[in-house]
Amino acid sequence: MRVVSKEIPIFAIIINKSLFPEPGFYMITNFIYHFGRYVMLLGQSLGGPRKLNIYFRETIRHMMDIGIGSIIIVALIAFFIGAVTAVQFSYQLGGTLIPRYYIGYIVRDMTIIELAPTITCLVLAGKVGSNIASEIGGMRQKEHIDAMEIMGVNTASFLILPRVIAGLTMIPLLVFMAAIISIFGAFVASVPIGLFSADEFIKGLGMFYDPYNVFMMFVKSVVFAFILITIPAYQGYNVKGGSIELGNASTAAVVFSNVFILLSDYFIALLLTT
Amino acid sequence: MIRVEKIYKQFGDLEVLKDINVEFERGKTNLIIGRSGAGKTVLLKILIGLIIPTSGTVFYDDTDFYKLNKKQIRKLRMEVGMLFQASALFDSYTVEENIRFPLDMFTNFTPGEKTNRVNSCLEKVNLEGVNNRYPSEISGGMQKRVGIARAIVMQPQYLFCDEPNSGLDPKTSILIDQLIQDITRENNITTIINTHDMNSVMEIGENIILLQDGHLVWQGSSGDVLSADNGIIQNFIFASPFLQRLKKLALENSS
Repeated sequence: MRVVSKEIPIFAIIINKSLFPEPGFYMITNFIYHFGRYVMLLGQSLGGPRKLNIYFRETIRHMMDIGIGSIIIVALIAFFIGAVTAVQFSYQLGGTLIPRYYIGYIVRDMTIIELAPTITCLVLAGKVGSNIASEIGGMRQKEHIDAMEIMGVNTASFLILPRVIAGLTMIPLLVFMAAIISIFGAFVASVPIGLFSADEFIKGLGMFYDPYNVFMMFVKSVVFAFILITIPAYQGYNVKGGSIELGNASTAAVVFSNVFILLSDYFIALLLTT
Repeated sequence: MIRVEKIYKQFGDLEVLKDINVEFERGKTNLIIGRSGAGKTVLLKILIGLIIPTSGTVFYDDTDFYKLNKKQIRKLRMEVGMLFQASALFDSYTVEENIRFPLDMFTNFTPGEKTNRVNSCLEKVNLEGVNNRYPSEISGGMQKRVGIARAIVMQPQYLFCDEPNSGLDPKTSILIDQLIQDITRENNITTIINTHDMNSVMEIGENIILLQDGHLVWQGSSGDVLSADNGIIQNFIFASPFLQRLKKLALENSS
């Protein structure tokens, strides 16, 4: 009897669950197992065959969904982040010897370095990430993915690659837009009610400007975009079962994306600032 | 022709298929029947490579499927068409885009050639003039026909149908069966149908295999069913008192 060889993720062989029966190990082994499958899926998504015109059409469609479809929510959140940051710092610096124009400087750097990329991507992980997990998971459940596989389509590539390209293109632009709107929000929310003058705010905005911070913002937005597209895609692609499992996959997609965005935020900060 | 050799499949401790050896013939409608949980869908998915068997192999003509590399599998799959139980039409694509999808992915046809091929397939399934409708805008029977049109658009050598009649009224079921049989004969392809439908068994069953508890327990044609002395096939096909009376009448008339 000839036993058919199966493709087993290398990580699954290294970390055989039966070798580590203790519950304490289970989380670690489970994580490594899924990480291995995630890496394999990404590798598969880079494979062929592919028709460039179809992929281009799909990429444009996802760019519209991810980019244009998220403008309003990102703009709204960015505006209020800037507004609240300005008002809070104005309150905290009140009665101190620190000049008021420092508020412009603080708002600018906080927005560019941290708030615009991180908050925007956490929000997008909820909006775009859950959508990707549900869409791909729904396709798995309705046998659309099986249908494509039987036709000979590289489904990992067809379903994931256009989304990754769309995300890596549109999300940094959304983050850049969020940074500008956030600074604008700080101005609109504070200057008219007299927390500081327009001149003070603009003077602060121009102080100690370092273009490296903008570079850091784009590095973060690209890394976060990759996380919030690929983790939900993995969750959706591997859905098994019915609507409860699809809901769980969607939730897991958002939770894991958020956790990994925050983790990578810390490591990027460490790498790029120390 | 598709030949299955010594297929075993286990999920954990559960043995779903046990020593399946069978040949599905070209130009004939080959049916896999059996009760729910008998292993029909698993066998069908093994045949098309969506599930890997624990042991054994599948030959497409003389090609051992499990010796092919990924590239060769993709090439072979361009010769395979599949009709899914729920049709598996892409919701966001129109009927025409659904049928054209494999052509877009794998051929260098001009848009005009693609449209002609799509229209010709729609004509074959008696479904003209619905090119721009979405799957949600057509009935279940029409969706099945679109599914068949998509399955045959690449002019496959092997056609798989997973419960093509589920959820359809008897009249539409007969039409779908007839359509599949006509396509099989016209194009001389190997067609394998996984079904519960007894009408299908009796009308288009040219080569039928019956699975029970993972074993192949009977093989024959629809003509052999009436006279088969195998109790399992008799109990399966003539399950209701009404069908048992019909069988009795048929046997009386023939004698």
